[in-house]
Amino acid sequence: MKLVLKIWRQKNADAKGTFATYRMDDVSPEMSFLEMLDSLNKKLVEENKDPVAFDHDCREGICGSCGMFINGHPHGPVPAITTCHLSMRYFRDGDTIWIEPWRAKPFPVIKDLIVDRSAFDKIQSAGGFISINTGAAPEANSILAKKKNADDAFDSSICIGCGACVAACKNASAMLFVSAKISQFALLPQGRIEAKERVREMVEKMDELGFGSCSNSGACEAECPKQIKLTNIARLNREYYKAF
Amino acid sequence: MNKVLFSSVSKKFTMALAGLFLLLFLPVHLAINLMLLKSDPEPFKKAALFMASFPLIKIIEIALFAMILIHISWGIFLQIQNWLSRPVGYAGGNRSETSFFSKFMIWTGASVLTFLVLHFFNFYFIKLGFVEGDPEDFYSVAHNLFKIPAYNYIYLACFILLGLHLFHAFSSAFQTLGLNHRIWTPVVNAAAWVYAICIPAGFAFISITLWLFR
Amino acid sequence: MDAINKQGKKAIENKYGNLFEMYKTITGIDPYEEPMRIYPAGHYTMGGLWVDYELMTTIPGLYAIGESNFSDHGANRLGASSLMQAAGDGYFVLPNTISNFLANDIRTPRIQTSSPEFVEAEKSSTERLNKLLSIKGRQNASSFHKRLGKIMWDYVGMTRNEAGLNKALGMIRELQKEFWKDLNIPGTAGELNMELEKAGRVADYLELTQLLIADALDRKESCGAHFREEFKTDDGEALRNDKDYAYVAAWEFAGEGKPHILHKEELKFEEVEMKVRSYK
Repeated sequence: MKLVLKIWRQKNADAKGTFATYRMDDVSPEMSFLEMLDSLNKKLVEENKDPVAFDHDCREGICGSCGMFINGHPHGPVPAITTCHLSMRYFRDGDTIWIEPWRAKPFPVIKDLIVDRSAFDKIQSAGGFISINTGAAPEANSILAKKKNADDAFDSSICIGCGACVAACKNASAMLFVSAKISQFALLPQGRIEAKERVREMVEKMDELGFGSCSNSGACEAECPKQIKLTNIARLNREYYKAF
Repeated sequence: MNKVLFSSVSKKFTMALAGLFLLLFLPVHLAINLMLLKSDPEPFKKAALFMASFPLIKIIEIALFAMILIHISWGIFLQIQNWLSRPVGYAGGNRSETSFFSKFMIWTGASVLTFLVLHFFNFYFIKLGFVEGDPEDFYSVAHNLFKIPAYNYIYLACFILLGLHLFHAFSSAFQTLGLNHRIWTPVVNAAAWVYAICIPAGFAFISITLWLFR
Repeated sequence: MDAINKQGKKAIENKYGNLFEMYKTITGIDPYEEPMRIYPAGHYTMGGLWVDYELMTTIPGLYAIGESNFSDHGANRLGASSLMQAAGDGYFVLPNTISNFLANDIRTPRIQTSSPEFVEAEKSSTERLNKLLSIKGRQNASSFHKRLGKIMWDYVGMTRNEAGLNKALGMIRELQKEFWKDLNIPGTAGELNMELEKAGRVADYLELTQLLIADALDRKESCGAHFREEFKTDDGEALRNDKDYAYVAAWEFAGEGKPHILHKEELKFEEVEMKVRSYK
């Protein structure tokens, strides 16, 4: 099928950036979105032009690297999947597709569709861990945990840190991400030990980096490729008040 | 300690508490205002006098004023901060599924504030002595205002916008306070519908009745 | 379809719900109605860097842990074991072993960028990058990557034979020559350049695949994932030759263009006897 792509091009972090239009004539509906971009880049390199830079790694929906705003939705119009899982079958012959990077002050654009998401790493370093001695581990079954809590912690832990929540949020808030990372520990006994410090430090870091606050709008949950729920944000709030 | 008290989460917490306080206050105000519909001014006057003189009420009045100030200040502060979090917008538009009225809280809030200012000039400032008028006879003041068509247009518009503000506010306050529950959250959301329709409808009823049917 | 008929759709949904959802989203086919289309694919390389029991490579102070080394799984890595290896090496082993090196290194001051080793390393890295950038041919790195993958899939995949392996070796050498003549990388090394990154990796793969083939040619038996068609049992199963090939093949880089040197780490089993795993 034929497609018109409007893609954000930005040479580097200091450049202004603008949209460029590309016409694709031969896109197979069997292709994934990133494969479609690959074929665009092949053409561009053959014409000795600068290919479109975009993040990707596993192409399996699990690493959190890929991420672009496609026709008004992070990761595209199909719910609960990442960009790498988006199939071209969801687009029609003659469609125009707008492709932009995540827009948020804490995610500065590095080049084209690649943004710097080290802000997330900084939040994680501030508290997204439990402190234990490595080199040995206690017998796992000696620390009892409720199955429901373990299941809920698992559901929170599948956050891949892609940043779609920040990108979708009208306030560029990172609350869904931070709450998922806090919840996965808050629900388990090993995480309770440092629960107060964790939530205080991570929220402080989140604010410091310039993410917005939460208006409970729900765009994050709707667009999250891993279907992380708003209940995590409620849990973060409860943990925070307990930590006053 | 400052970092915790003034973090984004704490600011939202304070706004939610203030908002809940206001949500409790509105039905009380509506209940008293409904007495304006009686042809006898005495019940309204008695109620107004009670509210003006009872010591506990006076304390709550100060708390209410403070809550309003905090709610508005933090609201504006956070909105500006949120605007700054996305300096470059999405040229292709952002179609992420968002709760609709949550996007306009600053605007519906601004309309509430506008009405509040108008309301203070019409009533509260008379009571405080800043504006000329009879603080003992708000019944007549109200009835006279409701005779002016323009006042009613503004009044009704503001209360519709208040309803839109309250619709998101009600559910949002619970979520911000961490009160999310498998069963009770749907109940809260249903209550939000009821509240956001009934309270403004109650005030609108007074306006329309006194304007068109007396 | 059989399972759905026997156990009911609900039971299947409980077990495989997520997987079926994902399948339907990607392929557009409803797996509850039509059989799933399954195809094998290569998505990691077995083996890895040689390390000692402390997880240190042959370069002093350079440790390789997790999937990048050969240690826990040898040359035959099974699926999903990389997480265990990363956790095992990183959490259990390395904290206990790295201190041995660091203890001896504690008096070493901060290494300066003016030191001759650094200057040499920086120079050779820059040269390598410039070499890639200067080719200015026509094709992008991914094109070569795809063609290399096809060769490996056809001749060095689930089953191998001597003729195929030799043919593949020839084809890869040709492809490598073409790579260094016709690669194109727009842009420079002074900015984020994904094409340059990919090219560097493909250049490495072109070398690594030749080593994989050399190793496959050398091991004249079928063992684990390495299945030589010439060495199989009467009913088509892998035929191992423990007498001649019970060793780990550690290959040493001998210089540009020279064949790698084979070091055999003999596998001597004293308490247990090697058996053949039967899938029947």
